[in-house]
Amino acid sequence: MAMSKDEIRAAVLEIIEEIAPDEDIASMNDEEPIREQIGLDSMDFLDIVMELRKQYKVEVPEDDYNELRTLASTVAYLEGKM
Amino acid sequence: MKLEDTAPQYDAVVIGGGIGGMTAANRLAKFGHKVLLLEHHFELGGLAAYFKRKGFIFDTALHGFPVGMIKTCRKYWSKEIADCIVQVDSIRYDNPQFCIDTTYTTEDFTDKLINFFKVTPETVESFFKACQSMDFFDDREKTTLEFFEEYFPGRSDIHRFLMEPIHYANGSTFLEPAITYGIVFSNFMSKGVYFFTGGTDLFVKMCREEMEKNGVDIVMQATVEKILLENGKVAGVVANGKEIKTKSVLSNANLKATCLDMIGAENLPADFAASCKEMRLSTSNSQVFIGIKEGVTLPFIGDIIFHSSAESFAPEEYIHNPPHSRSFSIYYPKCRPGYDRYAIAASMGARMSDWENLSDEEYEKAKENLIEQTLSILEQKLVPNIREITEYVEAATPRTFQRYTLHKEGATFGTKFEGLKVSEDLPKAVPGAYHAGSVAIIMSGWLGAANYGVIVANQLDEYLCKA
Ligand SMILES: Cc1cc2nc3c(=O)[nH]c(=O)nc-3n(C[C@H](O)[C@H](O)[C@H](O)COP(=O)(O)OP(=O)(O)OC[C@H]3O[C@@H](n4cnc5c(N)ncnc54)[C@H](O)[C@@H]3O)c2cc1C
Repeated sequence: MAMSKDEIRAAVLEIIEEIAPDEDIASMNDEEPIREQIGLDSMDFLDIVMELRKQYKVEVPEDDYNELRTLASTVAYLEGKM
Repeated sequence: MKLEDTAPQYDAVVIGGGIGGMTAANRLAKFGHKVLLLEHHFELGGLAAYFKRKGFIFDTALHGFPVGMIKTCRKYWSKEIADCIVQVDSIRYDNPQFCIDTTYTTEDFTDKLINFFKVTPETVESFFKACQSMDFFDDREKTTLEFFEEYFPGRSDIHRFLMEPIHYANGSTFLEPAITYGIVFSNFMSKGVYFFTGGTDLFVKMCREEMEKNGVDIVMQATVEKILLENGKVAGVVANGKEIKTKSVLSNANLKATCLDMIGAENLPADFAASCKEMRLSTSNSQVFIGIKEGVTLPFIGDIIFHSSAESFAPEEYIHNPPHSRSFSIYYPKCRPGYDRYAIAASMGARMSDWENLSDEEYEKAKENLIEQTLSILEQKLVPNIREITEYVEAATPRTFQRYTLHKEGATFGTKFEGLKVSEDLPKAVPGAYHAGSVAIIMSGWLGAANYGVIVANQLDEYLCKA
């Protein structure tokens, strides 16, 4: 069964929390670029893509990386894919 | 493990146990794949080597790396490995244009640019911003020198201040694309320069234990001669004459050797083979290692010292034979807790062409000269009694690097920038074949090689999962 928007959001936050344990995930805003709110570098970003693939079998091709800019756009992009 | 004891088939064979190869092997094993690591030398680590002589331990490539190495080790190796990384105290420049000590942190570097070089704070800030915003997709035509000229026109002293450390870190010069500079400089220029306490030997030992824990089969003194294809895809390798079946390979060996010798130009698409042949390798290095007598202590004179007698930074000055410029790394007892000896390693840019055609006798003489020049600079500039307190000296040359790591022409930093495309395109040219290791300036150094190993291990995992 497909995951709901809320479930996807929670799943993404869980992945981010694993990758950046020292960051304040709870206070993140859905509309602002993720990388401007918490200290994620390009390797962290690749780790997020990798975890989505390993845990949820979602492929994010390089051309779509821009879709993962904000939490809201990420959830919208992933909806129906996981 | 011995070559005879390897499994009938692997998911991935990693060719070469340098930092990129080890990191990739460890990742792939953690993903659950059956991994075999084949290393030609009798030690792991590749260019990040160490050797023991007469009670001394010398590190070849442990001078300093960016702070990002802590996070990379924590995420892709272990917390224990990450916890060994500490900041170095001081970096010194000593050349005809200026003598400066810096921690190489953003604050201190900014302070030096403003107060010593008399640049406005706005210029410094906009230069740092420009470096940080550079990425891979930017203009590749602009050279680093052109980029420097935009911010610090005519200031060859500042150009040297900016370029010299990065030159030692990855062999690049200011004729390389500006983006290679911007990316590497931004990695370094934040919280200073870092070191692995316990030395290369401890790092390699910890990596090995971690790989073994995760189930990587490791065979030393196994040289891969061929990568075997079936229907155009990777099907195996030949190491020391023995055929081993595998679904994929990840080569940490020299990129040119991987494509042209192991796979073979005849097995590559013509245009890809042509770019492999055209790809330029990086230059090489020579080094002088000095062990200080037991009981003698050195005063603190900095951890890394960039010394040059060249009037300004000119690329050819930095690979000149005999050398005009060298970096000194001073190993104090703090570097290896529990071990109280002092050692000095001098590193110089070098070209294989200056070394390859020497007779045995000429070669020994040239090494002696290299040692003599290094001692005399130390004597004049840094350690006046160096000759009295030296117990052991040895030199390494481009030939040494080639012998131990099989890098063509003894190239110590992989390839020039165009190598990145070749490395990235390899799996498209030959399904199942991947390369990770120092390449294209930006993917070199401990941090670059480790991160590139992770990136490519992810791609290889995707390939295996789809198959
Ligand atoms: C003098 C010097 C100083 C340096 N100082 C620093 C520093 O202070 N900080 C820093 O970050 N970086 C430094 N570097 C750079 C850094 O050491 C390298 O970029 C990094 O170690 C390269 O790792 P790699 O993954 O590319 O593999 P490499 O180290 O190139 O290893 C490749 C491995 O593959 C093996 N191999 C090759 N061919 C075969 C084959 N056919 N079969 C089996 N095995 C094979 C080799 O034996 C080797 O072990 C320095 C380099 C040099 C030379």
